[in-house]
Amino acid sequence: MKRQLNDTLRRLPVWAVWMGGLIPLCLLVWDIFTGGLGVEPVRDVEHRLGRTALYFLIASLAVTPLVRIAGISLMKFRRALGLLCFTYAGLHLLSWVTMDMAFLWSQMVKDVLKRPYLLFGMSALLLLLPLAITSNNLSIRRMGGQAWRKLHKLVYIAAPLVALHWIWALKTFPVTPGFWLIVILTLLGLRVAIPRPLGRGKPKGGLKEVS
Amino acid sequence: MKLNWSDVTPKADWLNRRSFIAAGAAFAASPAAALTGKASPLSTDEKPNSFEEITNYNNFYEFGTGKEDPARYADAMTIDPWSIEIGGMVERPGSYGVEDLAPDNALEERIYRLRCVEAWSMVIPWIGVPLSSVLNKAGVQPSARFVSFETLMRPEEMRGQSYPILKWPYREGLRMDEAMHPLTILATGLYSDPMPKQNGAPIRLVVPWKYGFKSIKSIVRITLTDKQPFATWQDTAPSEYGFYANVNPEVDHPRWSQATERRIGSGLFGGRQETLKFNGYGEQVASLYAGMDLTKNY
Repeated sequence: MKRQLNDTLRRLPVWAVWMGGLIPLCLLVWDIFTGGLGVEPVRDVEHRLGRTALYFLIASLAVTPLVRIAGISLMKFRRALGLLCFTYAGLHLLSWVTMDMAFLWSQMVKDVLKRPYLLFGMSALLLLLPLAITSNNLSIRRMGGQAWRKLHKLVYIAAPLVALHWIWALKTFPVTPGFWLIVILTLLGLRVAIPRPLGRGKPKGGLKEVS
Repeated sequence: MKLNWSDVTPKADWLNRRSFIAAGAAFAASPAAALTGKASPLSTDEKPNSFEEITNYNNFYEFGTGKEDPARYADAMTIDPWSIEIGGMVERPGSYGVEDLAPDNALEERIYRLRCVEAWSMVIPWIGVPLSSVLNKAGVQPSARFVSFETLMRPEEMRGQSYPILKWPYREGLRMDEAMHPLTILATGLYSDPMPKQNGAPIRLVVPWKYGFKSIKSIVRITLTDKQPFATWQDTAPSEYGFYANVNPEVDHPRWSQATERRIGSGLFGGRQETLKFNGYGEQVASLYAGMDLTKNY
């Protein structure tokens, strides 16, 4: 069963994940042009892009625990999931700059410096930026696997910041983003709790874990 | 068919048309006749938001924290029969009906700007009566200095009240001079409809120079006191929501700027507009706060 699933996943091309990952964007564009967004479309566009970015971030964080616990490998798709997250995060920022803040640069700068939720969001995006830029084989070769992996651990800081960004933006303590923060912390915690695939002993000869 | 960004905006037109049809259907179906209010010089001449916008983008946490929740769930609230308990420092305490407090022949149309603390705004054509007329009916005792208001508490009909999001029932208050100000009204209608439930049926407060949360909905109790009353948002986060809650672009909310706002219905690229002090009603109300430090009394 597990092998069958992994075989199927191996045959699934990465571009299929990209296609699937862009469906939420297509639905959003569809809703914009068909009036499916309710009376405050700016908020809907902005929030849907942000939420989708968070979901892809969580999906990319789930890859390692999934292979360690269940033995199901989505490793091949992790780069696509991460880049999809960054795409949606970038569009989320763009919608804030253009639609929500309407290019009021001075107010935006002041707001980002003064508002914890904007500071959290902006820091998370800045942390994810080098990850997105180095998400190619050339970068891994140039940097070396060790340094590249180290850099990509920035996502461990960025992910909780994203959840805090959402929580802090609301007036009362909100259930949904609170739930996603717990999911993120759990996924990060699992990396510490289960440092190698279940059912496999200590690797011999100090073999380095690659994940 | 080729669609452009410019095709997005005219949605307001079909929304208006839809709400017109909906309002017509509601009129035909219900025995409650349409409301008419006398025009008032206190109305703004800005173009009101559509009925659809006003009734589908609401903060009414009794029905959930989402903006669409009130429109989705408020129908479960029973508003007939309804009575308002007026008590405390009044000459004639007791239980009043909506019709006693806001009789048809006294109704006025008040087209007001509404500015939410979340930095969005609307223009709303309310139908109602000055709060002062209601308080005078009950007879204000000279010792009364504040008015306290309370929203209906009925968790079985108001699903949000099953969660401790806020300290239920929702309560708000005004200083006596604010309450007696001619701009302050109790509203029982919207456009020419009886007040929709998601907007605070059957009777709600409207204080246009203050952030929207001061304008408490679905009022069941009005109490006159000599002490500054409990206010739910002030109690929930005192550093963020003060008792006065006057619209003030110079005093930021701790988590966001209040300098500008987005007008609901302005479309995807409608931009932001500058927020006016006292929501633009400064000429009428600034004197109420003469000598007060509004950065402290926010």
